[in-house]
Amino acid sequence: MRFLALVLVNLRRHKLRALIGVAGIGFGVAAMLTILSIVHGAIGMFERILAVDSHYLVFEKNVSDLFFSSVPDERTAALRALANVASAEPLLFGLVTSGDRPIITCFGLEPTNPRLAKAKWSAGRREDFGRVPGGLWLGARAAEFLEAKAGQKLAIGKGEFTVAGIFATENGFEDGGVFLPLKDAQAFFSREGVASVVAVQLRDQARGAEFKRAVEAANPGLLALENREFNQSYTQFKILHFTAWAVGLCAFLLGGLGVANTMLLSVFSRIREIAVLRVCGFSRGQVAGLILGEAVVIAAAGLAVGLALGCGTLFALEQAPQFNGYIQPVVKPGMLAGITATALVTAVAGSLWPARFASRIQPAEALRYE
Amino acid sequence: MTDPLISARGLRKTYDGGRVRVLEGVSLEVGAGEMVALWGASGSGKSTLLHLLGGLDVPDSGEISVCGLDPRNEEHRLALRRRHLGFVFQLHNLIPDLTVAENLRVPALANGEPSAATRVRVRELAEAVGLAHRLDHRIQDISGGERQRTAICRALMNSPRLLLADEPTGSLDEETGDTVFALLRHLAPTRGISIVLATHERRFAEQCDRVLQVRAGRIERA
Repeated sequence: MRFLALVLVNLRRHKLRALIGVAGIGFGVAAMLTILSIVHGAIGMFERILAVDSHYLVFEKNVSDLFFSSVPDERTAALRALANVASAEPLLFGLVTSGDRPIITCFGLEPTNPRLAKAKWSAGRREDFGRVPGGLWLGARAAEFLEAKAGQKLAIGKGEFTVAGIFATENGFEDGGVFLPLKDAQAFFSREGVASVVAVQLRDQARGAEFKRAVEAANPGLLALENREFNQSYTQFKILHFTAWAVGLCAFLLGGLGVANTMLLSVFSRIREIAVLRVCGFSRGQVAGLILGEAVVIAAAGLAVGLALGCGTLFALEQAPQFNGYIQPVVKPGMLAGITATALVTAVAGSLWPARFASRIQPAEALRYE
Repeated sequence: MTDPLISARGLRKTYDGGRVRVLEGVSLEVGAGEMVALWGASGSGKSTLLHLLGGLDVPDSGEISVCGLDPRNEEHRLALRRRHLGFVFQLHNLIPDLTVAENLRVPALANGEPSAATRVRVRELAEAVGLAHRLDHRIQDISGGERQRTAICRALMNSPRLLLADEPTGSLDEETGDTVFALLRHLAPTRGISIVLATHERRFAEQCDRVLQVRAGRIERA
């Protein structure tokens, strides 16, 4: 028999108690994996919307959300006039309702936007984008959940549009969105003459810093950020990241309390037995190691259960039609490493006091204990 | 007696902040291979004295040396339990969900002994006490006498020089108690182990090499 066997025997003896500990960690892992993957996926989708064939994003300074950013059309024209700029694509974001769908993202863009060329068109032609009066274009998922077909009339907010084309993109946000030519979108949202953001592609990316300085000097109200820089600094992304980790850690905290409770009960229920181990030559460290070992096994089992549960939940959410394809979970190695480390740290932290208590049991006193 | 295995002088032990005086200046010596009975009624202080000798508890005052080590010192205590001492209790104190063989391996586990050597030792001891056929049985599936024999084997796993037995027959019926005592009585000369046996049963005490009568925390008669 090895040390680990003794650890497993102790857990096997109190299956229900051990299972409660495993469930605590498992739910924490599943919650953290689900939340982080969904948030990372959502951020990734949003990043991809902005980063299609662009190096820099230009938007209004000090806005809490890009939906509230306003970049005047003349600024877009000025950007296009810069020597180092290969293209500058304005995007206007808005939210619309249709039927029983209260929130659908609407994208206002120009016919030259590269995402239109990259999309897989199932109805209509890319060349007709912006050329159909009263026309509206749908992402494939949006067409699905709105049950709309090309040529059909569709009520969007207070307006009525003709579905002029349907195309699929790899991006869940876009795929579940509606598209309007920029001018139509500006009119629809009463935001004439502005875009939310301008995606800029440079001819020479190495001269990006020079471009940034030039833009910000000429337009004090605007900010030009490299895509990577934008992703790291955008407040909404930071809030989402922080919220995801905070909610996950809270879930783990509950799991940790579960493990602490499990291990405390485990120690209290075998005080005599621990005393006998000490009599048989176990050192304080070995007794503590036994309790910590049990916690690590609980954490490992909880991790396995939690990962399976989390993956299952993510798969179900991804497939659920109610979410309109907006959920595209992203699982990163760093995320898994963080979850694993958190599970282990939580379990070990939860068992520190029980382990300390166990290691300090006085054999003579404990042998009198009934 | 040359080089006694146990040497204790003026051991005192109180509980409850000094209100309960359990041992009042106990002195004794036990030689190698000797079987000594601590005989006395319940509550006389026999178990406390065994606990002090085995380093399970520390005296309030007095000098004590066991196998040349000081049980008041944590490191010495650990060394005593791992290499020099074996304990047998009235209640066998085995781990219920382990098999007989696994229970016997616990002291070796504490010592980090290689499992191959441990397996051989487990088999040898189990055969010596007639438990070889029970090695793979779980503790709850064997009789009281077999459990106590298992406890004795466990105490012998690390080839101790001294066995401290606290009422080892106390929870057994008369016949089984006789068997267990005979086993202990046999061990002292054959394995060269010193045994200190705490018992309230005169018939067992009288079969030991020496009897120390414990009464009200003192050794009254040797």
